[in-house]
Amino acid sequence: MLSESNLNKVEELRKRYPTTQALLLPVLWMIQEQEGCISEESMKYTGALLNIPYGHILGVVTFYSMLQKKAVGKHHIEVCTNVSCMLRGSGKILEHIEKRLGIKIGEISQDQKWTLSETECLGSCGTAPMLVIGDEYYENLTLEKVDKLIDSLQ
Amino acid sequence: MNLQPANTEKLTTWKRVILPDVPNLYKIDFYLANDGYKALKKALDMKPDEVIDEVKKSNLRGRGGACFPTGLKWSFMPKNSDKPKYLCVNGDESEPGTFKDRQIFEFNPHLLIEGTLIACYAMGMTAAYIYIRGEYGKWIKILQKAIDDAYANGLIGEKILRTNFSTNITIHRGAGAYICGEESALMNSIEGERGYPRVRPPFPAQFGLWGCPTTINNVETISNIPIIINNGWKWYSQIGSVKHPGPLLVGVSGHVNNPGIFEMPTGEPLLEIIHRWAGGVPGNKGIKAVIPGGSSTMILRGDQLEGIRMDVDSLKAAGSSVGTAGIIVMDSDTDLIKVIRRITEFYYRESCGQCTPCREGTGWMFKILKRFESYQAKMEDIDLLMDVANNIEGNTICALGDAAAWPVQSMIRRFRDEFEKRAQVSHFQTMVV
Ligand SMILES: Cc1cc2nc3c(=O)[nH]c(=O)nc-3n(C[C@H](O)[C@H](O)[C@H](O)COP(=O)(O)O)c2cc1C
Ligand code: SF4
Ligand code: FES
Repeated sequence: MLSESNLNKVEELRKRYPTTQALLLPVLWMIQEQEGCISEESMKYTGALLNIPYGHILGVVTFYSMLQKKAVGKHHIEVCTNVSCMLRGSGKILEHIEKRLGIKIGEISQDQKWTLSETECLGSCGTAPMLVIGDEYYENLTLEKVDKLIDSLQ
Repeated sequence: MNLQPANTEKLTTWKRVILPDVPNLYKIDFYLANDGYKALKKALDMKPDEVIDEVKKSNLRGRGGACFPTGLKWSFMPKNSDKPKYLCVNGDESEPGTFKDRQIFEFNPHLLIEGTLIACYAMGMTAAYIYIRGEYGKWIKILQKAIDDAYANGLIGEKILRTNFSTNITIHRGAGAYICGEESALMNSIEGERGYPRVRPPFPAQFGLWGCPTTINNVETISNIPIIINNGWKWYSQIGSVKHPGPLLVGVSGHVNNPGIFEMPTGEPLLEIIHRWAGGVPGNKGIKAVIPGGSSTMILRGDQLEGIRMDVDSLKAAGSSVGTAGIIVMDSDTDLIKVIRRITEFYYRESCGQCTPCREGTGWMFKILKRFESYQAKMEDIDLLMDVANNIEGNTICALGDAAAWPVQSMIRRFRDEFEKRAQVSHFQTMVV
């Protein structure tokens, strides 16, 4: 199920690690990037590819918060609410997004377009408040910036 | 990210070396043109032990939180080992209030690579893994490009710079778990396990990655190595505080006008950092409290900051620690109960659950603090909270337990009145209902 180029990457990585089990996280990342989430089927596939029992893979997938067991909304907005962001108004940002999208933390919008979560510190405390969508950081947020961002993604 | 102090003229004349004011330094051509990889060449002309000795004499201390002397740590590695040895560079950077390693990935990735190579040479390692938190996808790309370019230039891989020294550098991407920054959990995570900390002893220098001798160092620590080799231990050991010398990446966040990462010698006065470098508190409000080194470090009262400096000894004397040098400033209007509830919530969520005191204790503290926040706590809850924190401290496999206990303990010790006020109000409220 991994693409040709990802399979090549796996072969390259085998040379870098003394055990195949160490390739587990890298392979899970490849799957998630390809498919958006890590399904049961993908976990079985990974087990066969790396010769790891399914139970072990499930244990690892459930341990790490960034590995998604099921598909999330098209745009997954994660707002940092840890201390530095909280001190600089992440609460207001979150409230504003909840109002605009009509969903609360942990929900997916009806059109499947948006998912909203709060998140722990993301290493942007000096540019707080902030949110991420996928790999993209949006920092030094104001309500106006949030509005513009949501408009641009509509 | 803001790297410029608010008030340039009046500050020290420190010329940045970890994050120098040189444009495009992340590109290998620019790095090479600015004496890049010169330290690697110099180190390869030295004996490995001489390199370790240089680092020892420099008095460099780890920048990952515990301030452990780096040279000493390196000397724990067995000299003659029939097993391979490994280096783990810790770029998990998930401690709330900490955002410095990310600047190294972004602005000076080759410095980190160069330091990694020198460390591998000094300790006889053939492989290094740079573990980076999963959320830093963008910075992983920047560092990966730098690594690829260094491979292409014969700086990583087989027979580096035509010597007999060979080593690989591989980025290992985390996937969202604060605990994986803890060194033994980090190794388990690389091995493809859940990120559970290991019981010590054995220590990593004896039994680390795949049971082989391993050293774990923070990204900023490793980035100091080329600076030490280039300039010599004498020069380095004279920067800042004697017992904790060198340039330090200090992060300032929270209620300041000019938040950012500021490179400065260790030992700068805390108040100077807040007022001069970080531009002071908005609205000229007073400072109620400061967390000096990331959320795990003990909170300080705003009225006890006079004379405190950013180094190991001074902060220890003040009843806190340098940690990751991530200063969080809270103005006079801050609701400290909300702050400590949020910090505790973080440790509760991130506890891996292996030890009962940490797993249960963080949950209990979180619950009690929610009672305070919602005005439903009783006066006895203050002592109960302290009791739970005391029972976590020192009774767990890893230091996450301590990291959860310290903020709570220090908050009660230094701001008991805040808890009492909440408890009184709640007592009054139950009476009128
Ligand atoms: C819960 C926990 C989280 C940690 N997270 C990090 C981290 O993100 N980055 C880091 O460098 N060290 C972290 N540490 C410290 C490491 O265990 C280790 O001491 C450090 O990486 C050693 O590097 P140094 O000697 O260069 O400071 C953490 C420790 C604990 C207990
Ligand atoms: S102290 Fe907490 S995080 Fe550390 S091993 Fe124990 S339960 Fe896990
Ligand atoms: S507290 Fe939000 S990024 Fe650090």
